[in-house]
Amino acid sequence: MSLQHYLVISAILFTLGIFAVLTRRNAISILMGIELILNSCNLNFAAFSRFVTPPENIDGQIIAIFGIVLAAAEAAVFLAIILAIYREFGSIRPNEVDTLKG
Amino acid sequence: MEFTLKTFIFYGFALLTVASALVVVTVRNIVHAAFSLMVTLFGVAGLYVFLQADFLAATQVIVYVGGILVLILFGVMMTSGRLEMRLHIERGQLLLGGVISAALLMLLLTIIANTPKWKNLSDDGEQLEPTTRRIGELILNGQFLLPFEVVSVLLLVALIGAALISRKEVRD
Repeated sequence: MSLQHYLVISAILFTLGIFAVLTRRNAISILMGIELILNSCNLNFAAFSRFVTPPENIDGQIIAIFGIVLAAAEAAVFLAIILAIYREFGSIRPNEVDTLKG
Repeated sequence: MEFTLKTFIFYGFALLTVASALVVVTVRNIVHAAFSLMVTLFGVAGLYVFLQADFLAATQVIVYVGGILVLILFGVMMTSGRLEMRLHIERGQLLLGGVISAALLMLLLTIIANTPKWKNLSDDGEQLEPTTRRIGELILNGQFLLPFEVVSVLLLVALIGAALISRKEVRD
């Protein structure tokens, strides 16, 4: 297995995440796309840490762990906002939430 | 590269990850998408094991599959009525999003294939030590102590903020 194998998997995951964010009309599906993007990012950190830096150096893995923590915090706040929006608008379709639209 | 059992399992995990991610972004039923996301997260954890990042793989399973996925399923249950379970997708948006994503994928693959620094970097199968001990030393007693403390405060803030935003408004 070479570095490029992991980079290709990560690129595919990132692209699929972008595709979900662009095309989905449901806030929770968009959250799933964002999770895919964050996963591809963490996979890149771990792969570069394994192959590019010397093997004793595991800084990339630690950055990936911090990335997981940030993803957890982000998901909690995201779902709290979704719940508040659902209570206010009765829907979580992003194009129906348009109070700020001029 | 000779075709051993290890490469076979690696390609299995890679295929599992990519295929289930494809299901996540294409399937119509949002509950099916959430369960497919679980398979993707497990697949990424398997790839971490191949990178000899054992602690990272365990963290991925515990936090993502045990935490975030359950949170997503609760979100689905609390916000989706029977009608909202099926996702509505517009054809024009699908086309435009597909074109943009395909162009992005092409760009990334071209960069990956043409960066000379990244070529011929492969693991020769040597076993590294388990990483848990060194991660603990680096986080609690080394250069990552400050980020660790900052991230703990951030988690506390996110927890309080999420509870505050999602509770029912009390009018007085």
